[in-house]
Amino acid sequence: MAEYKRPQSEEEFEYNFKPKKPLMNDTEAYYESSRCLYCYDAPCIKACPTGIDIPLFIKQINTKNVKGSAQTIYDANWLGNACATVCPTGVLCEGACVYNHQDVPPLQIGRLQNYATSHVISSNKGLYKPGISNGKKVAVIGAGPAGIACACELRLLGYDVIIYEAKEKPSGLTVYGIAPYKITNKEVLDEVEYLQNQLGFIIKYNTPILKREQLALFEKTYDAIFLGVGLGATAQIKIKGEDLENVVGAVEFIEELRMTHHELKIPEKVIVLGGGNTAMDAASEAARMGAEETILAYRRSKEVKGAYDFEYDLALGAGVRGLFNVTPVEILGNKKVEAVKFVKTEVIDAKLQTVTDSEFELSCDMVIKATGQAKQRTFFDLIPNLEIDSKSRIVVNENTNQTSNAKYFAGGDAINGGAEVVNGAYDGKLAAKGIDEWLKTKA
Amino acid sequence: MIDLSIDFAGIKSPNPFWLASAPPTNSGYQIMKAFEAGWGGAVWKTLGVPTINVSSRYGAINYRDTRMAGFSNIELISDRPLEDNLREMEEVKKYFPNHAVIASLMVDTREEWIQIIKDVENAGADGIELNFGCPHGMCERGMGSAVGQEPAVLKTIVEWVMDAAKIPVITKLSPNISHIIDPGLAAVQGGTDAISLVNTFKSIVGVDLDSYAPYPVVDGKGTNGGYCGPAVKPIALNMVKDLAQHQEINHVPISGIGGIETWRDVVEFMLLGATSVQVCTAAMHYGFGIVREMESGLRQFMDDKGYQTIYDFAGKALPNVTEWKHLNLEYDVKAQINEDKCIGCDLCYIACDDGAHQAISLSSNGNRIPSIIDENCVGCNLCALVCPVEDCITMERVDDGKKDNTWHERTENNTIPVTFNDDRAGGKGHYVPEPIEALKNRL
Ligand SMILES: Cc1cc2nc3c(=O)[nH]c(=O)nc-3n(C[C@H](O)[C@H](O)[C@H](O)COP(=O)(O)OP(=O)(O)OC[C@H]3O[C@@H](n4cnc5c(N)ncnc54)[C@H](O)[C@@H]3O)c2cc1C
Ligand SMILES: Cc1cc2nc3c(=O)[nH]c(=O)nc-3n(C[C@H](O)[C@H](O)[C@H](O)COP(=O)(O)O)c2cc1C
Ligand code: SF4
Ligand code: SF4
Ligand code: SF4
Repeated sequence: MAEYKRPQSEEEFEYNFKPKKPLMNDTEAYYESSRCLYCYDAPCIKACPTGIDIPLFIKQINTKNVKGSAQTIYDANWLGNACATVCPTGVLCEGACVYNHQDVPPLQIGRLQNYATSHVISSNKGLYKPGISNGKKVAVIGAGPAGIACACELRLLGYDVIIYEAKEKPSGLTVYGIAPYKITNKEVLDEVEYLQNQLGFIIKYNTPILKREQLALFEKTYDAIFLGVGLGATAQIKIKGEDLENVVGAVEFIEELRMTHHELKIPEKVIVLGGGNTAMDAASEAARMGAEETILAYRRSKEVKGAYDFEYDLALGAGVRGLFNVTPVEILGNKKVEAVKFVKTEVIDAKLQTVTDSEFELSCDMVIKATGQAKQRTFFDLIPNLEIDSKSRIVVNENTNQTSNAKYFAGGDAINGGAEVVNGAYDGKLAAKGIDEWLKTKA
Repeated sequence: MIDLSIDFAGIKSPNPFWLASAPPTNSGYQIMKAFEAGWGGAVWKTLGVPTINVSSRYGAINYRDTRMAGFSNIELISDRPLEDNLREMEEVKKYFPNHAVIASLMVDTREEWIQIIKDVENAGADGIELNFGCPHGMCERGMGSAVGQEPAVLKTIVEWVMDAAKIPVITKLSPNISHIIDPGLAAVQGGTDAISLVNTFKSIVGVDLDSYAPYPVVDGKGTNGGYCGPAVKPIALNMVKDLAQHQEINHVPISGIGGIETWRDVVEFMLLGATSVQVCTAAMHYGFGIVREMESGLRQFMDDKGYQTIYDFAGKALPNVTEWKHLNLEYDVKAQINEDKCIGCDLCYIACDDGAHQAISLSSNGNRIPSIIDENCVGCNLCALVCPVEDCITMERVDDGKKDNTWHERTENNTIPVTFNDDRAGGKGHYVPEPIEALKNRL
């Protein structure tokens, strides 16, 4: 049974996708910030991939120096506002908060971070100015979190920056991929605009870089190039029936959802294939869009699924039903999808095997494949001497994020194979510093 | 059976909980409501000469999420007509003949004192309190703390009052003086029946960062206020103790005032010699209902210890408050960390390393549980005080408890250190790191 009514309007959509971490009001922020112990060499800082000085920014909220607090956050992380609500804080900063050891709820670090950064964004209080121009130019490919972070840091260091983005909006998967109950389109776009207003990097939208000639020109006209291209479209699972109507990739499904909201029509019965965080999101979202029944089918057991437990719980809470140890063998239907044929699986000698004679069919009106995004392999092949690892990730020097082709630096999903926004934010900043160092030593 | 009633210098009261002369005792309505709520007595808001009050009268110190840890006011004595107060006083006594109603008074000339004493006696007051404390406004007119700070003047006025009064007289002292004994002795020499203390402390609770004026700001200006509330309790306790230990003063009963909010505060004031307590700020903060917590806690304490009346334990801590020279120099405690409780905030480490004796080392195995270096620990308590976990750091006695050797005894025996190199000097041989170790991260 569906837990959610089909949203017929933007309001109903917002109701079904209520924020999981709503903005704190002044009173809540004051009381919550009072609880921070100001730990020495605080473990929460170490657990943040960008190393934000968490006790400092929390104390600044408590002393009503909210602008200073936001500065502490942005000094470490250019996507401080987005990260505040989309980061899996339970396994990062909040998971490391010392209060956990006394079974006292940890500080709500993410929500406090959102409080401070939302304050400067909504009141348009600027924190940064571009550095004095050093006459050098950098091209950034991809306006995702990694690209934006790199551009911000480079502007601070005095570089001219142009970002080339294939799509019509900035921020990559933050706007096109992340679940709407974590962050709204407006929040994402406001932060980018806030940064852009201060630092003045240029984004050229609808400008995919797809040809060798384009790159060759970049190599000539720019001093360095940053690759923040993320991952590609949902990969093929290569079973029969995959091309039927209403068989969609998770990333594509979520992108459409984020762009069209209540106008997206979800059929009655949905099967989501996969066991990672994207599968959880897609299933949750289908259920929140009012699907009568949403089944999440994963080929391995619940225990070894790739997704965080809290994401699975969130999906269950939305009415999703989990089906484990089953793998699809064929998608059935006549033009349109009508059912999925599964076979049961088991692990024998540490190898996943199908169980003989265990096939069964589940009828459905839609299949969402959350079985992984393809890598940007064809694009990478356009760049000479670019070293790629066996999982099609760009190989970089971890201190500088420089690639094997000295002029190219990279970061985000393109080098880690798909992680979090906060990793992209870290990578972009690191690469900017790497570029700066490299160009200085070159000169 | 526990009997909370008191006979304070002839003033009878069903319990020792009195409201101090202040806004909560501004009217008959409030006092009747307070008696209904469980208060045993009330010192009427000071009556005397006509006054006018300003608008914006209070300021406060908030500590983290604690509101009004300290409270300041620039209010004067009652601004209501004397006749109204007297009429209401009569009415209160009619409904509550067994409760204590004490009239706080402040006037200027001898004739005025004689007249107002007659007025309140006619209205049925059970006692009189002389307000020699108000440290703002009234003192500019030669009253309040202007009297409290001049023992000779104070004594003269007490003599006038004792001459005229038929009911018991309490002299309320100002703490804005370096030796509380001086006005205390003057009051006793003037013949007072009892003493109450403290009134408020001259203070500035803060400065407004926009108008550049002290709080509370009255049309762009401010004046020093009178400070009270939880923050002043330690100073008040010490003053109560000074008087209660003084041979020529301690035959008169003492009413303890200053930061009292809970039953613990009440018991502490009593252990140092008070036999009634007065409360202002706590009642202004939480209303009259807080008396229930005070009463139940006091009863519980008396029950646990087997006391029948407060006189069974009043003053019980006085013999243990001694001069420093009588403290046992052989007594030795060392900090001990309970590893099961420790949450790894490492606040004790940094407190001891930066603020004490470099006697705590960080964990070397990454679990963040620090350890005490016994040889270096001087037993100062700092770590136990900063530790956020209840009873996690305890101070354990390590000497054999057999020796008792004080500075006083050593002086008598001629065994005190006479030079810094004397082996008997305290810090001699005590470990401190070499200064250069402070720079180890830089080197
Ligand atoms: C469904 C889903 C849910 C997620 N949920 C979360 C979450 O809750 N929290 C979290 O922290 N992370 C989440 N993530 C991960 C997060 O979104 C990514 O890790 C992050 O966006 C990576 O940033 P990036 O800059 O490396 O890449 P992307 O965000 O993918 O950005 C890459 C950008 O480059 C552009 N681009 C690509 N190729 C080209 C080209 N050739 N020319 C020009 N432009 C190009 C793309 O259009 C895109 O805008 C989620 C991901 C998915 C798929
Ligand atoms: C607003 C205000 C007005 C006060 N007015 C008087 C007064 O008229 N007469 C007086 O003797 N004390 C006055 N006091 C002092 C209180 O009676 C009391 O001595 C002091 O507040 C300390 O007690 P507390 O810490 O419980 O508040 C006043 C205190 C406050 C806060
Ligand atoms: S671990 Fe928790 S309490 Fe300690 S500094 Fe971080 S947020 Fe504050
Ligand atoms: S008692 Fe004082 S000296 Fe000893 S460990 Fe604690 S802080 Fe350091
Ligand atoms: S202050 Fe207490 S909780 Fe924190 S590390 Fe020290 S012993 Fe552990």
